Amino acid sequence: MNFDFSEDQKFLGNEARKFLEAECPMTAVRLVLNDDDVSHNETVWNKVVEMGWLGTAIPEEHGGLGLGLLEVCVLAEEMGRVLAPVPWASTVYFFTEALKLAGSNEQQAEIMPRIVSGDVVGCYAASEGPGNPAADTLKTTFDGSTLSGTKLPVTDGDIATHAIVLAKEGSGASLVLVDLTGAGVTRKTLQTLDPTRSHAEIVFDKAPATRLGKAGDGEMLNDQVLDHAAVLLAFEQLGGASRALEMATDYAKERYAFGRPIGGNQAIKHKLAEMYVKNEVARSNCFYGAWAVSTGAAELPEAAAAARIAACEAFWFASKENIQTHGGMGFTWEVDCHLFYRRAKLLAVQAGAPKVWKEKLVRTLENKNAA
Amino acid sequence: MDFNDTKEEAEFRAEARAFLGKHLEPKGDKPLRQRVDGSEFMKLAKQWQKTKSEGGYAQITWPKEIGGRGGTPMQQVIWNQEEGKFDAPTGPFTIGLGMCIPTVIAFGSDEHKKRYVGKAMKGEEIWCQLFSEPSAGSDVAGLKTRAVKDGDEWVINGQKVWTSGAHYSDYGILLTRTDPSVPKHKGLTMFIVDMKQAGVEVRPIHQASGGREFNEVYFTDVRIKDSDRLGEVGQGWKVAIVTLMNERLAVGGSPGPDWAEIMAYAKEAGTMSDQAFREKLADWYVAAQGYKLTKFRTQTALSRGQTPGPENSIGKIITANHLQDICNSAIEMQDHYGILTDSDRMPADAIFQQSFMWAPGLRIAGGTDEILKNIIAERVLGLPQDVRVDKDIAFDQMKSG
Repeated sequence: MNFDFSEDQKFLGNEARKFLEAECPMTAVRLVLNDDDVSHNETVWNKVVEMGWLGTAIPEEHGGLGLGLLEVCVLAEEMGRVLAPVPWASTVYFFTEALKLAGSNEQQAEIMPRIVSGDVVGCYAASEGPGNPAADTLKTTFDGSTLSGTKLPVTDGDIATHAIVLAKEGSGASLVLVDLTGAGVTRKTLQTLDPTRSHAEIVFDKAPATRLGKAGDGEMLNDQVLDHAAVLLAFEQLGGASRALEMATDYAKERYAFGRPIGGNQAIKHKLAEMYVKNEVARSNCFYGAWAVSTGAAELPEAAAAARIAACEAFWFASKENIQTHGGMGFTWEVDCHLFYRRAKLLAVQAGAPKVWKEKLVRTLENKNAA
Repeated sequence: MDFNDTKEEAEFRAEARAFLGKHLEPKGDKPLRQRVDGSEFMKLAKQWQKTKSEGGYAQITWPKEIGGRGGTPMQQVIWNQEEGKFDAPTGPFTIGLGMCIPTVIAFGSDEHKKRYVGKAMKGEEIWCQLFSEPSAGSDVAGLKTRAVKDGDEWVINGQKVWTSGAHYSDYGILLTRTDPSVPKHKGLTMFIVDMKQAGVEVRPIHQASGGREFNEVYFTDVRIKDSDRLGEVGQGWKVAIVTLMNERLAVGGSPGPDWAEIMAYAKEAGTMSDQAFREKLADWYVAAQGYKLTKFRTQTALSRGQTPGPENSIGKIITANHLQDICNSAIEMQDHYGILTDSDRMPADAIFQQSFMWAPGLRIAGGTDEILKNIIAERVLGLPQDVRVDKDIAFDQMKSG
C-alpha cells in the first residue's frame, strides 16, 4: 500500500508553502480585492512563472519540467491555501490539460513553451449562461476557421492571451484554440462574488481559431478536461478548506467569552471536529483522484467526481463555519474569512456545480454496474 | 502512488493466504455465525484460535518472547484483510487479546503473564473488559463498583454494564473504586477477576434492537487476591488508559449495507430515476470512499514504518451515521412495506431493517459521536478541554445521576 505522495512531492509542497506564504500573503490578495481595475496580482504571477511551476506537468521536449500531475496536485493545494489571485488554475488545470488531451504535437510544440515562459496565459471557455453547457445547447459556433458567439463567465478571460473554447461545429461540438489578442475578440470584465479571481464575457466575431482534436469530439474532450480539472481544483479547494479550519481553530483558542476560550465549548468543538472530518474525507477522495488522473486509470470519472463532490462540501462547510466561529468580526471586510467564503463558492460552481457531478457520478456507477 | 504491496508484504500475504486456505472455507452466502448455534460457533472459534496460534498468526505484532510473531503492524493489517475473506470464526477473542491481555502484559506480574497470556492466545481462555457502569458511560471514571481491602484480599460489590462476552468469559479486567474520598480519577484500582467464581452474576441485556449481545455483570461480595491487582492502588485510571489505547487497528469494512446495496435495491424497486435519491447515493458513495481511502492512508503510514496520522480517528463517526442514514432511506423507499422485518418477504433479507435498529447502538458503543468529536477537537485540533466541575472534588462529595 502506497497511497500517499512521495517524500519528494511532500518536499515540493513544503517549499511551495514557504514560498507562497512569503510572496502571496493576504495583503497580496487584497490588492486585487480592493481595486476593480486590478484583475490579478502580477507580482505574484511573475514569481510563479519564475519558479517554473507552469511547466510542472509539461513534457521536457516542450520546455516543461516533465514532472506529473501529482506534483501539480501538491502545488494546487498550496495555491488554494493562500487564495492565490493569479490565473494559475485556468492556465494549468484547464488550458494546459486541454492542450495535452486534445492538441496535436505541432499545437503543443507551439504553445507549451510559451506557457512555461509566461507569454501565454490560458483560459477555458465552456459556459454561455445559466446551466451546464452541452453540445445541443451551444450557441457559439466554429466554422472550420473562425469562431463566433458569446462565452460567459470565463474565469481569467480578461487576463488570458489564449482561450480553449467549447463550440458547436456542424451538428456536434469541438474544442478550438483562439488567440484572444487577435482580431474578432471583445472582452468585458464581469462583477462576481469572488473579485480575487477575474471573470470576463468574451464575444467572438469571426475570430480566427484552430480546432484541437477531431471535429465532433468536443463533448467527449470537454468531459476529459473537466475530469482532470476537477481533481486539480479539488486540491485547491482542499487547501482552502484546511486553511479555513486552521483560522477557525486559532481564533477559537484565543477568543475569550464568558471567561474562557470559545473553543472550550462543545458547540464550537464539535463544529470544528465536523470540519476536520469533512476535510479528511475530501483529502482521501482527492488522493484517489490524484492517483487516477496521474495514472490514467479507468476509474478516473468516478474518482474525479468523488474528489470534486467531497472538496466542494468540505470548503463550503469550512468557509461558512469559519465566519460563524469568528462571530461579528468574521462578518467584517477587514477579516479574511469572507475571502475564503467567496473562493469556496467560485470553485464549487466553476467546473459544474456539485449537483452536476453527483449526477455524473451516479451515471458512471450505473454504467459500471451494467457492464 | 499505488495500491500495491511491497515485495515483503506480497510474500507475507501469499503465506497468510495459503495458511488460511488450508484451514478455512471462503466466505459463502451465509456466515458461519448464522449457520451454527452458539456453542458450536464457540467450539469452532476456539479451534481456529488454536490453529492460528500454532501457525504463528495469533498476535502478529507481539514480540516472540511472549508468543507473538514479532511482525509489523502492516502484517497484522494484511492478515486481517485476508482472514476477512474467509468464513473465520473470530470475535470472542478480540477484546481479550486486543485490550485485556496487553494490559496484563503491561502491568501484571511474571506469574500473571505465565499463567494467562499463552492460554488466551491459544483460545483456551476468554477475557472481557469490565469498565462501563449504569452511571458511568462516557464518563467512565465516575464508576461506583467498590473494592474494599480485607487482609490480603479485596471485596467487590457493584454492577457493570455493556460487557461484551461476559457470559462466555473466563476472566475479566475489572476497574473499581478503592477510595471514594479523593477526586474520581485518583481513587480507582484495576484487578484481574475470575468470572466463574461465586458472587459474579451475568445477565444479558435486552437491547433496543431486540438482540442480547451484551451483558450486565453483578458483583456481590466477590473476593479478589491483592496479588491479582494490576498496577498500584489508586492508579487504575492510568492502567485503564493503556487498555483503551490498545484498541485494535480498525481494519474491518463498513458495518452493514452500504451504497452498493441500496443502489441494487433501488434498481430492483425501480426508483433509480428519483433525482433526490440519486444525489443522496452520490453522497453515500463519497462518504464510503472517504472512509475506505482514509484507512488506505493509515495503512500506507504503517507500510512505510511510520505512525499513522490522526485521520484514522474519523472512522466511526462516519460509518455509524452513514449506516443509519442509508437504512432510513431504504426503508422510506419501501413506503409502508418498509415497516416489515420478515426476512423472507423483504429485499436483502431485511438487512436494512435489521441495521436500522442496530445503528443507534453503533453511534454510542466504543465512544459516542459526541465523545469522538471531543477527542478530535482536543487531541487533533488542540482545543481546550470541556469544563470539568468534578475535577478537584472528592468522589463521595460529587453529584451523580
